[in-house]
Amino acid sequence: MTTTLNINGKTETVDAAPGTPLLWVLRDHLKMTGTKFGCGVAQCGACTVHVDGTPTRSCITAHDSLGEAQVTTIEGVTGNAADAIREIWVKNDVPQCGYCQSGQIMAATALLAENSNPSDDDIDAAMSGNICRCATYMSIRRAIKEAAG
Amino acid sequence: MFLHDIGIIPGGTKSSSPPSGKPAIMNLSRRGFVAGSSLFVVGVALVGCSSYEEPKIDPNALDLPEAGPSPLTEVKGGDATPALWIAIEESGAVKITCHRSEMGQQVWTSMAQIVSDELEAEWDKVEIVQAEGHERYGDQNTDGSRSVRYNFHRLRIAGAAMKQMLIEAAAVFWNMEASECSAAQGLVSNSQNSDTLSYGNLAKLAARLQVPEEADVILKEPRDWRYIDKEIPSLTIPLITRGEGTFGIDVDRPDMVHAVVARPPQLFGKTGAVGDADTLAIPGVLQTIKLPDPISPVGFQPLGGVAVVATDTWAAIQGRNALEIDWIDGPNAGYDSTTFADQMKQTARQSGAIRLKRGDMASAFANATQKLEAEYYAPHLSQSPMEPPAATAEWNGDKLECWACVQDPQATRQALSDQLKVDKENITVHATWLGGAFGRKSKPDFVVEAALIAKEVGKPVKVTWTREDEVRHGYYHSVSAQRLEAGLDADGKCTSYLHRTVFPPIASTFVQGMDAPTDGEMGLGATDVPFAIPNLQVESGNAKGHVRIGWLRSVSNIYHAFAIQSFAAEMAHAAGKDQKDYLLELIGSARTIDPNAEGATYPNYDASLEEYPIETSRLANVVNIVSEMAKWGRKMPSGHGLGIAVHRSFLSYIATIVEVAVTPEGALTIPGVWLAVDAGTIINPRHARAQMEGGTIYGLSSALFGEITSENGAVVQENFPSWRVLRMGEAPRAFEVQIVKSNSPPAGVGEPATPPAAPALANAIFNATGHRIRTLPMIGATGSRLILPPAKTGQAKD
Repeated sequence: MTTTLNINGKTETVDAAPGTPLLWVLRDHLKMTGTKFGCGVAQCGACTVHVDGTPTRSCITAHDSLGEAQVTTIEGVTGNAADAIREIWVKNDVPQCGYCQSGQIMAATALLAENSNPSDDDIDAAMSGNICRCATYMSIRRAIKEAAG
Repeated sequence: MFLHDIGIIPGGTKSSSPPSGKPAIMNLSRRGFVAGSSLFVVGVALVGCSSYEEPKIDPNALDLPEAGPSPLTEVKGGDATPALWIAIEESGAVKITCHRSEMGQQVWTSMAQIVSDELEAEWDKVEIVQAEGHERYGDQNTDGSRSVRYNFHRLRIAGAAMKQMLIEAAAVFWNMEASECSAAQGLVSNSQNSDTLSYGNLAKLAARLQVPEEADVILKEPRDWRYIDKEIPSLTIPLITRGEGTFGIDVDRPDMVHAVVARPPQLFGKTGAVGDADTLAIPGVLQTIKLPDPISPVGFQPLGGVAVVATDTWAAIQGRNALEIDWIDGPNAGYDSTTFADQMKQTARQSGAIRLKRGDMASAFANATQKLEAEYYAPHLSQSPMEPPAATAEWNGDKLECWACVQDPQATRQALSDQLKVDKENITVHATWLGGAFGRKSKPDFVVEAALIAKEVGKPVKVTWTREDEVRHGYYHSVSAQRLEAGLDADGKCTSYLHRTVFPPIASTFVQGMDAPTDGEMGLGATDVPFAIPNLQVESGNAKGHVRIGWLRSVSNIYHAFAIQSFAAEMAHAAGKDQKDYLLELIGSARTIDPNAEGATYPNYDASLEEYPIETSRLANVVNIVSEMAKWGRKMPSGHGLGIAVHRSFLSYIATIVEVAVTPEGALTIPGVWLAVDAGTIINPRHARAQMEGGTIYGLSSALFGEITSENGAVVQENFPSWRVLRMGEAPRAFEVQIVKSNSPPAGVGEPATPPAAPALANAIFNATGHRIRTLPMIGATGSRLILPPAKTGQAKD
């Protein structure tokens, strides 16, 4: 079934079975592998993308439910918050293995865009859906606060 | 980790590194060897913005003697021939081969730091080339926290030798003595004039010169290090922040199809009748393939079952859900974790095999004023890297090429050769980035799966493990039951000590019928107990493996440190003494320890005790440092407690203090963690600190939440959250790390922070609540509060 999607400002046409999650459309059909598979059940946050700016678990979001919505992935996320997060992530060497970090960056970017001065509690609340087995949690917390200035 | 440490070498022996056969240099008597001064300048390369024009070197214009073979093929650590590790391109790009797998420990960066420092490369010109799996690189098994330890010396030699060859090349070109030339930051200069030659320009000439003997290679003094022991930024992280870089699960090949596998719920369960009509009706599903059942011992064999092949991963998963399979019970059908725990605890109450003996434990115990005994239990754990196992295989006739997130590409190649019956020379294994590993990705069963399926399909196939697959079909950290007994004299001093440890050994996965803990596992915290107790005995009890037992970040150190360091605090409490002071008293005077002298067979992490002795002074030092960091002894608010633990593992010494806050209802938060580490020479302090944080949280996560159990031989947990791991909101708010400055040889950093985490946490909870937790996990998958046993004494330490 052919579906048209708006991804990172571009129109993409994909031919995937009805109900196929956005995650697998991105990864297997569009070869955009920056968005990661971690659990498939919206428990780990590795697959986080923005749908109209809202952090969304692409592993449980049917691609054919998106309509005209604007999807943003790690490959395409831009703006002040994204720039600030990327810069501090690199400056502080926040990631370790990096596998969960696409999702972490997407979640942190959305947090910072909404709350320019998040507290530890705000950060914990916004980021606790994103698991990191390397345990970069403390680095992420420090970095978000630093990015917020 | 280290199968060879426990006496098992899967798939044969390790081969030594053959010479690379690449060129190199001689000791030129250079004056006069070039005809006159007629060095042909065939072009110019502009350097920087200066007006100086660097003459372009054409080595073909020089009459160079033939270089002999590299004399650096067998330096300590393996082949240090520069051409094996370094390629300098005309552009000046310095390509450094990393033969270890990058899994977040920043091994790309640390290997590059070591080579580049001695090479005097410009950091901005450095690029990493990931090596394929091949014996020419020596050991590539990226576990055991030893990438730096194994390679520090030889990579320094390789870098320094290359630098000397570049200097030599410049000297040849300038018709000077090498002693008149020097190299820094990618340029060779000389003492006669202001000319410089860039590495990119010199490389081709240098490559035709003789590689120097090791004795003639001059290494830098540590005070001159430019990159080593510096906080050099990661080479991978800029890519990560853009979603670039290729993990195993990201591999794509032309015409590739996707597969997932339905595996028997029990180890050695078999696949009976398969109904795949509904599966094949799902759009995108291409075919199903029944995979061979493994034979015992399981080793690195896949588990059998049925593969579903489809045009995308989602269709394959949907197809798998629609399969109807009659699983046939196997020999592990009766395995039940609750029953097995009771059996192990019973074993721990009976005399075991003596693995280390000092003095006369039994009579000292009989004469003790005060007697303590305690039993500790810790469950199976799953490594659960965020990237589950994934592998891509492609056949071209009888040649096989694989791309996978493997910690050990050589073991992968060997397993493929053994199981697919293909000559190793026809197999290429590419290690991708690893999205975490923690020991799981040392086992290449999933790559063999991909190769088996791709052979049937006739196209490139990527096998993806779902999280459920990873949780339910792992190589689990071993379940354990331990018993400790101590006798204290009238002053509270420990005069006798018994540690009996019972667990199914990793060897049960690789050797049929193996149920005895190996020397390697006993040496992970049990037989290397550092306590100055006059009468001491370490024993082991046997236990059978019913699931695949594997290694997980710091391995047996986890349960051994949990029991020993918890028990040390229990002894302190019984003696009415401060836990830190008592710990220092147990560690005793500054000395080295040799477990081999007391009946143990102690591998010492594959290192000699001469080079890496067990030094009690370093244990005491980190205890003292961390106590100052955390202000040990300070007055704590109600419900708060500090706990301390110290442990040597992977040749590093780490002391950890955890602060907990526990509500009257048992809800736990961790306001702070302090950690002091002595890991010898450190390559990158920032990345070492990250490993300290990560290793500690990994240990806290397991201790609080981690538990893999089986019923009827099948693993019960499925995914997050029934397999629960620590999240950001549960992470410590403060975390301080202090690295001890040391000139000792480099030791491990990836694993050793994990073992002290759980006992420091348990000791803190005791000090906060008066409840002594001896069974893990402390909270579990579904709980929100600590599972506190009745408080025997009823009061916390003052």
